[in-house]
Formats: sequence, structure tokens, C-alpha cells
Amino acid sequence: MTKTQRVRSSGADRTFYAVNTLLGALFILITLYPLIFVVSASFSSGEALLRGEVWLLPREFNLEAYKTIFEMPEILRGFLNSVLYTAAGTFINVVFTLLAAYPLSRRDLYGRPVFMFLFVFTMMFSGGLIPTYLLVRDLHMLNTIWALIIPGAFSVWNMTITMNFFRGNLPEEMLEATQIDGCSDIQFLWRFAIPLSKSIIAVIALFYAVGHWNSYFNALIYLTDAQKYPLQLVLRDILINNQLDISSSQMDVQTIMRKEYLQDLLKYSIIVVSTVPMMLLYPFVQKYLVKGVMLGSLKG
Amino acid sequence: MTITKTAASRGTAVSRRSPLKKMARCWQLYLILLLPLLYLLIFCYYPMFGVQIAFKDFTVSQGIWGSPWVGLKHFEKFIQSPQFFRVMKNTILISFYSLLASTPVPILLALCVTYIRNTFFKKSVQMITYMPYFISTVVLVGMINQLFSTRTGVFNTLLQMIGFGPVDILSPPQNFIHIYVWSGVWQMAGFNAIIYIAALSSVDPALYEACTIDGGNKFQQIWYVDLPSILPTVIIMLIMNCGSVLNIGFEKVFLMQNPSNLEYSEVISTLVYKVGLKSTIPMYSYSSAVGLFTSVISLILLTLVNAISRRVSETSLW
Repeated sequence: MTKTQRVRSSGADRTFYAVNTLLGALFILITLYPLIFVVSASFSSGEALLRGEVWLLPREFNLEAYKTIFEMPEILRGFLNSVLYTAAGTFINVVFTLLAAYPLSRRDLYGRPVFMFLFVFTMMFSGGLIPTYLLVRDLHMLNTIWALIIPGAFSVWNMTITMNFFRGNLPEEMLEATQIDGCSDIQFLWRFAIPLSKSIIAVIALFYAVGHWNSYFNALIYLTDAQKYPLQLVLRDILINNQLDISSSQMDVQTIMRKEYLQDLLKYSIIVVSTVPMMLLYPFVQKYLVKGVMLGSLKG
Repeated sequence: MTITKTAASRGTAVSRRSPLKKMARCWQLYLILLLPLLYLLIFCYYPMFGVQIAFKDFTVSQGIWGSPWVGLKHFEKFIQSPQFFRVMKNTILISFYSLLASTPVPILLALCVTYIRNTFFKKSVQMITYMPYFISTVVLVGMINQLFSTRTGVFNTLLQMIGFGPVDILSPPQNFIHIYVWSGVWQMAGFNAIIYIAALSSVDPALYEACTIDGGNKFQQIWYVDLPSILPTVIIMLIMNCGSVLNIGFEKVFLMQNPSNLEYSEVISTLVYKVGLKSTIPMYSYSSAVGLFTSVISLILLTLVNAISRRVSETSLW
């Protein structure tokens, strides 16, 4: 009796593991297939794409689309703008987050619950779009880089993650020992807390950088000068609004015909080019990512 | 150094120190906190006072403080407007559909990852599924448009390979909500699964042993051990999502909108943007009123769900 029981249950387990492996493969397939297709399409020829021959691997391999992209001034300008906004924005974000997270991680901070409430309340309630817009306008930040990096300079969520990290990784004995040696709070933050927190800094920097690189909303409402547009806003015009202006007046009919073929091809390669920078960051911080999300799940 | 000395010599007197002295002791911490706090006051709390324009007839010349009070005029106007019912319906429908679709998939993925025995395969599933998190909203919507287009979309290429005619997924306006929700699931499932994978990895192994000894198979183990173990995490995530039921992200909806699907795709945040900033005669006050209306409801909803959850499951945000 017991023997048949065991055999039956291990049989059920074998089915379970088989089903589970299939499920895992299915998750990979669903996630990866659209990405592979986009990359393959971007390396194919426009004709093959229109004939519907591309479905997994590139057909009639060529780099024409990529050449055209790098010759488009607005893409290059948008790319450089985005790099600038992302770098400056992420730097300010990380500095502000550390400056807030460290004092709040200290249990001996007098009035800590009050400060904590001030921070957390902003997660639940905000003035909304219009009052914030009016403020930015009154501060004369419209149409400047400041409008993109200052109003969103801070995420309470990331601050909480960092605070939890400080609490868990900076032992109180260390603080006491350094205090006896005459180390001030500011020195402690600069010389001990920050150097010991490289992993969490990497995580929040990643979160902020992805946010800056991928956002277009602030640029949409605060920027009026197309010269200052970040890449995402340029992409929006090309990918969503179909304002792809690749035919200039000097071109002959044949070139225009060729460019017509390029239409869809260009969209695929633009998707690849704009996503690659973030994907390149990812392997470096991948191992910290899981840790960061887990820290966020602890209560502050 | 002096502080530790006096604290040691006075002993119990430390706890009876006046607040002023306690504050003086951590003046450096206040100094560090000064910059973020100033930021918070200017960019988060000042706009909260600015929200009073929802109760005023705001004109640029008179400014936020000088414009005349009009009470609830703009709120009444919104509730009585023909858009009100449609916009509320769209917002709530999209939110709850997203909530319903985006909760089970990450849990399923997390369970799947946890029970994969081959380490390489396990790591691959995890790494690949959270790749889409890095794709921007603009690119995601662009990808949807390309993949499902009837011209060169791979969706139709594949359909034709197995002998079906081209199907236009994108044009029918009622498809908007499905595309919106499921593309979101595709993008966020891997990232949202991380938290559940972490919760699953901290389940006490003794519970699994007990389950096996009682003759439970793997399916029963998931049902009776794993799911109850991650339930608190699931509830916390649900509560947080309920707080943002009315705050559907502007970015994706706005990109997916076109004149033909507006009937199904106009939500509160896009309405606020359109009447407040985009129109030729911006209605700042009306737009603020609509925004404030949703903020207040969200806050109430969050508090309510949190209270219910604390009663029923003893899990809560605060």
C-alpha cells in the first residue's frame, strides 16, 4: 500500500516537473520572440520585410536602416540630449536620495516619525499636474533642462529602499566606535556609509536611470523647443505619430522609392538603437537588482 | 566624545533631556536632511497648496492666491459633464482589468522559477522575463503597432503561415483595453515576479517536509504551503495597487490613443492633461478639480482597502 502510494506520488511529481519545464519554456518564448523578431527585422531588407519573409532570422541581411538612422540629425540630437538628461538627473536623484535616507535611517534622529510622515505622505497624495506645472513655470524652469531633472528629483520608494539598506548594513557599534574617535555625522556619511553602500547605490541609480531614459511626459509638458527634445519624444513622433521625414527635396524618384521601402525597417532599427543603452547597463547591475527589490518589500 | 562621557556619567538623566538638547545633539543629521526636505516642501507640499485653484476661477494675471473663490463649481461641472460617466467607466474598467490580469501571472512565473531544478534554465527564465522592464513606453507602443500591423507585422505573417487571412487587431476600438492590459503584463511580469520569488525562497523547508510526509504531491504543496506563505506579499501589492486605481499611468494610454478609440481610451489623467495644458484655452481650475477629485478618491480607497485587509487578514501597509 505504502509502496504504491510512493510510486504514484513520484509519478505525479514527474508530471509536475515536466509541466513546469514546459511552462518555463513558454515564458521564455513569449518574452523573447517579439524581441528577436524586432532585431531580425531591423537587419533585414525592406523588401523581404514587406513580402512577409521575416519571422525569425534576418532575411537579405543589410545595415541600410542603421546607416540612415545615424544620418538623421534629430535622432542623434535626441540621443545626446537623453544621455545628458539621464546622467545629470540620475546624479541629482542619487545625491538627494542618500541625503534623505541616511538621517532617516538613524533611530536617534529626533522627530524622525514626523519627517518620515512628510516623506511617505507624498506617495499617497500630490498636488497634481496643474499646480506642479504652474510652480515650474513660476520658477522660470520651462523649456530648460531643470524642468526635466528637478521636479522628479526624488522617489520616496527608492529612499525607503536605501534607508532599509543603511539600517541593515551599518551596525550601530560601528557608528559608536567612530563617534568615540571623534567622527561627526557628516564625516560618517561620507567616509563610511556611502563607501559601504555601493551595491544599493548601483540599484537606485539603475532605477532612476531607466526612469529618466524612458520617460517622455515631463519633456512633453515642459519643453517647447524641439532642439532640446530627449530621444523618447523624437521616437514618439517617428514610431507613434508616423512623422518620419526622410525624403528631402533634392532626392530623385528612385531614392524616394527606396526610402518608402525603408519606412518600416527604420522603425525596427530605431527601436533597437534606443533600447540597447539600457540593456547594456542591465548585466552590470543584474545581481543587485533582486536585492534592491527585496529591500523595498521590507516595511520602512 | 564629550557626549558619550556626559551620557555615561549622568546615567538615567539622558532620557529626561529636553527636546531642544536632543535636537541639538543631531544637528548634523538635520543639516544633511535639509536639502531633501526643502525639495519636498517646494516641489511636493507647495503644489498641494496650489491645488486650491480647483476651488477658484484661476486667471494668470491674478495668480494662485489672488483669484476669486468659487467653491465647488468646477467639481459640479465635471460630475455633470457628459464625459464624466465615460471617463470614470474607462478608468475603473482598465484599472480593475489590469489588476486582475497582472496579479496571477507574476505569481505563476515565480512558482515556475522556484520549481525549476536546473540552475542554468532557472537563471535564464528569470533574466529573460525581466528584460522587457527596460523597454520604454514609447518603444513598447511602437512595437505593438509594428508587430500587429497588417502591412509587415509578424503576427499576421505567422497567421498566414498557418493559413489564416490577415486580422486587424489594432483598429477595432474595443480592442484597446486588451492590448493595453496584456502588453503591460508582458512587460512587467518578470519584474513583479522578483518580489514573489524572494518571498518563496524564504518559506520554511520544514513545511515542505511536513507536506511530503503527509503524502502531498507538488501541486498540493503549492496549494497548501507556497500560496499561503506568499499571501501577505500578494495582499500588500494589491493594497498598493488599489491606491492607484484612478491614477492609471498617463504615458501609455496617451500613446495608444487615437481619435477612433477615444470612446474606450479616454481616462482621467489624459483628460486632465488635455483640458489643462494642451487645449488652446487652458482650463487650469477645471483640470485641477478633476485631478484633485481622483487624488482624494484614491486616498480614501487606499485607506479603506488597508483597513479591510487589516481586519480580514491581519496584513496592512500601516
